[in-house]
Amino acid sequence: MKVTVIEDKCCGFATCISVAPEVFDIDSDQIAVSLIDGDLPERLHACAREAAEACPTDAIVIEE
Amino acid sequence: MSVLVIGGSVAGIAVADGLRSQGYQGAVTVVDADPSLPYDKPPLSKHALKEDWDPIKGLLRPEEHYAAKDIELVTGRTAVALDAVRRTVRFDDGSERQADHVVLATGVRARLLPEELMLPGVHAIRTAADSAAVRAALADRPRLVVIGGGFIGAEAASVAAGMGLEVTIVEALPLPFQHLFGADVAEAMAGWHRAAGVRLECGVMVAGIEGAERVERVRLTDGRVLEVDLVLLGLGAVPAVDWLDGSGLDLDNGITCDEDGRTGLPGIWAAGDAATWRNPVTGDHVRVEHWTTAKEQGAAVAHNIARPDEPARGAGPVPYFWSDQHGLRVQFLGTSAGHDATHLVHGSFDEPEFVVLYAREGRIIGALGVAAARHVMKYRTAISAGERIEGLLDPVGEAAGA
Repeated sequence: MKVTVIEDKCCGFATCISVAPEVFDIDSDQIAVSLIDGDLPERLHACAREAAEACPTDAIVIEE
Repeated sequence: MSVLVIGGSVAGIAVADGLRSQGYQGAVTVVDADPSLPYDKPPLSKHALKEDWDPIKGLLRPEEHYAAKDIELVTGRTAVALDAVRRTVRFDDGSERQADHVVLATGVRARLLPEELMLPGVHAIRTAADSAAVRAALADRPRLVVIGGGFIGAEAASVAAGMGLEVTIVEALPLPFQHLFGADVAEAMAGWHRAAGVRLECGVMVAGIEGAERVERVRLTDGRVLEVDLVLLGLGAVPAVDWLDGSGLDLDNGITCDEDGRTGLPGIWAAGDAATWRNPVTGDHVRVEHWTTAKEQGAAVAHNIARPDEPARGAGPVPYFWSDQHGLRVQFLGTSAGHDATHLVHGSFDEPEFVVLYAREGRIIGALGVAAARHVMKYRTAISAGERIEGLLDPVGEAAGA
């Protein structure tokens, strides 16, 4: 599984960092970034999905 | 089974998508007055004013989304009347549509000046076409006057200042945002404008807009005259509900709803900027013009239509909005309405990176962050619970408390 944040959609709501702090952070532009470039370890799949679902602007894209 | 959604902005599309994700099997139709594919409105006063804007980026969903989700999308058709008993909507081309549920999500329109003042070169920003017209006008490097220093005005001013244009903001209040955020935050925000070269004319109003073929001068109530090529109006917005007059709906600063999006008439729902939902905590009816609230209300209405046997869902308890000005992101959680104290709990007004908490009667009601998403968002739970403010203040906050 891979996660990407669409910068143009992110509104900095930061739900993702509360749901999946190991996967996401907020950068200096107050936009979410993925901390993991390649494949996500399996133990983070569930929280990454939850973050994508909870994102108010649908800015998180998950490739299974 | 069928649902007819009037309005294809964020609330309307959230209804349609939410119905499908809840497994709703009936027909879903979204009708919008705008001829474009449904698009996102927050960028219209921000990035979309810049030359490099790509409108494709602004779409709420890619074009193929609607067919893929079996959502019928009708654009460029304006609703003109609702027969609430028959749940039938009539459109400007004379056609009618009937459905088991009708969701009203027609949003707001920009407040304009009286017609005689709306000379060529005077613009408001509410639709993609408005934004495109302003983008084209800015490319001619005009002298710009922004009337109203609120969010739309401040965002547009900051884009224009970033392009090196001569920009003046005319604001009736002593400082923009002072009534909302208090004097300290308002002073900090005014400082960003000044540092970017934007002229702020506060405590004064517009007495006239003059020009032969198009706008040339803005006359102020103190007698001064500003020479100008382009005027942008940031005067707020009014609910687009005129078409519902006589429908039997309760219209009072928007469409009155309960906390689940039901109007007083069976099968008629409302969501988004045009809707005045009851707040289940305070009991007040409040119309909120925030993107995330519109999205939450749309999703809630979809759930409540698709799953009538389950407990009804409401909107989220903590409103949120953001604004981009002079390269800084301002974020607000909760409300500042009726605050009686403010507390600086992170950073400083000069950095500029800070978080200010708003309290009423000793309890937190809101949090404002500038360039501090991680810090401001952690107050969401406290605001939702209405926690006592003392427990949230570190020593910095107490020292700076007002």
